[in-house]
Amino acid sequence: MSPRSLRGRVAIVGIGETAYYKHGRSPDAEFKLAVKAILAACEDAGIHPRDIDGFASFSDDRSDATRLAAALGIRRLRSATMQWGGGGGGCCAAVANGAAAIESGMAECVVAFRSLAQGQYGRFGRTTGIEQISGERAYLMPYGVLAPPQRFAMRIRRFMHDHGIGQSALRAIAMASYHHAQANPRAVMHGRPLDTKTYDESRWIVEPLHLYDCCMENDGAAAVVMVPAERARDARQTPAYLLGAASGSGYRAGAHPHNAPDYASASFKTVAPDLFAMAQVAPSEVGVVQSYENFTGGVLMALIEHGLFGAEEANEVLQLDNLLAPHGRLPLNTSGGNLAECYMHGFELVLEAVRQVRGTSTSQAVRNQVALVIGGPMVSPVSSLLLGQESVL
Amino acid sequence: MNPQAETPSPFYLPEGLPIPVAEPDGLSAPFWQGLTEERLLVQRCTHCGTWQHGPEWLCHRCHSFDLGWNEVPPKGRIYSWERVWHPAHTALRDHGPYLAVLVELPHVGHVRMVGNLLGDPLQEVVIGAQVEGVYEHHRQASPAYSLLHWKAA
Repeated sequence: MSPRSLRGRVAIVGIGETAYYKHGRSPDAEFKLAVKAILAACEDAGIHPRDIDGFASFSDDRSDATRLAAALGIRRLRSATMQWGGGGGGCCAAVANGAAAIESGMAECVVAFRSLAQGQYGRFGRTTGIEQISGERAYLMPYGVLAPPQRFAMRIRRFMHDHGIGQSALRAIAMASYHHAQANPRAVMHGRPLDTKTYDESRWIVEPLHLYDCCMENDGAAAVVMVPAERARDARQTPAYLLGAASGSGYRAGAHPHNAPDYASASFKTVAPDLFAMAQVAPSEVGVVQSYENFTGGVLMALIEHGLFGAEEANEVLQLDNLLAPHGRLPLNTSGGNLAECYMHGFELVLEAVRQVRGTSTSQAVRNQVALVIGGPMVSPVSSLLLGQESVL
Repeated sequence: MNPQAETPSPFYLPEGLPIPVAEPDGLSAPFWQGLTEERLLVQRCTHCGTWQHGPEWLCHRCHSFDLGWNEVPPKGRIYSWERVWHPAHTALRDHGPYLAVLVELPHVGHVRMVGNLLGDPLQEVVIGAQVEGVYEHHRQASPAYSLLHWKAA
């Protein structure tokens, strides 16, 4: 076991988010959303915002660390890290990079965050208006493989084909998110339950993905405050300790177009072993899972690649009852996740894992000593994170 | 393709989608030029023989910079597929569904290419089925370009 580890060295002591909106509905500017979430996280932690000395984010967040430092009047900026890659592949890596800055002595109090107002800056899935295209997308867009669902459906199709996995597995993942959102007043889909018939009759976006297999697009912001473990013991909130973190992707995962040798994959086969090795826990010890739903099929592959069950068990495990808090075998996306709480590019999943560890979720799992967060399946780099209670250390 | 259209379009998808062009550094220019001449060109390392697609400036296996463009027969088998219903572009509004396929070329180092599968968009698609390439030329476009589609072999 390598002595170089983040296990137990850093804790999340504050979480904060804005109200979550449908895309384009935020009354606030994107930067204002970011600041609101950061201030809320500091308030939750009982830490003065001027004590922040680092920022970490992902997916080219537009709320720049230097502007945040100036706007908040922090005394000095010591760490500013941005995880490469788009979408939500970096939602856990942002936490890891901030934690690494703390553990290495380069910072003392780091905020990791994501802010997003798509109404102000254009939607992710919009492709109209591009006249000429080169690079990876040149091999895809002229054939109508334009938006993210179309870019990922063939991976999912191939995986389902290889392992005989049925549509009901994807449906269970979607319904778990919607089920948990009904208990969560923050959730954009609160009050909008999803039943089997509605899922089955919903329109195809691209086979094998129905409407409800695809994430929402939203406006909002979410943030966490991290401090060294020794400082966390005096915190106002129950600390959620970082047990393990890992990011990256396997051999030539980025070979485009669609030329990754291991094509039918969520990109975690090399990442998950590092995660569990650092955390010194086994997949069977994970009590509750937040797994980034860009598309339900990505969750399917990501859960399997984290060793939570085998591909041959997927049809059996991925049934709704197994995925529900408090007593399901594997409570999944307990705030409603990207499908039904808010698509904050997965950062809302990090906050929910902290709530699970604290015992304050609106859909609290009984087994909450170890909580897993999985970010951005099928992109590269991806990332994942294990948080835990002090008792696990 | 809309069978009800009075003048059937010669193209599988409506015009107006992004036009593929080489990068400013020209990396993929031979590939796109090849399609306009009905030649499918794939990079192959002149040093170790490794095939690669899409193109890169060096061989991923031996790191040689001496990559050649080899003409290969457009024949392969379906590795995966998708039937697209939601129009993600205004040019596709009221069109659809349509089929995209990922085709593996076993004789070319198993490289894969994305294209459309010609024929009935509601046809049953079978992973592993043999397909062959069909060139679609957009000579009137500015700039002109060509695509490579697939049909059952």
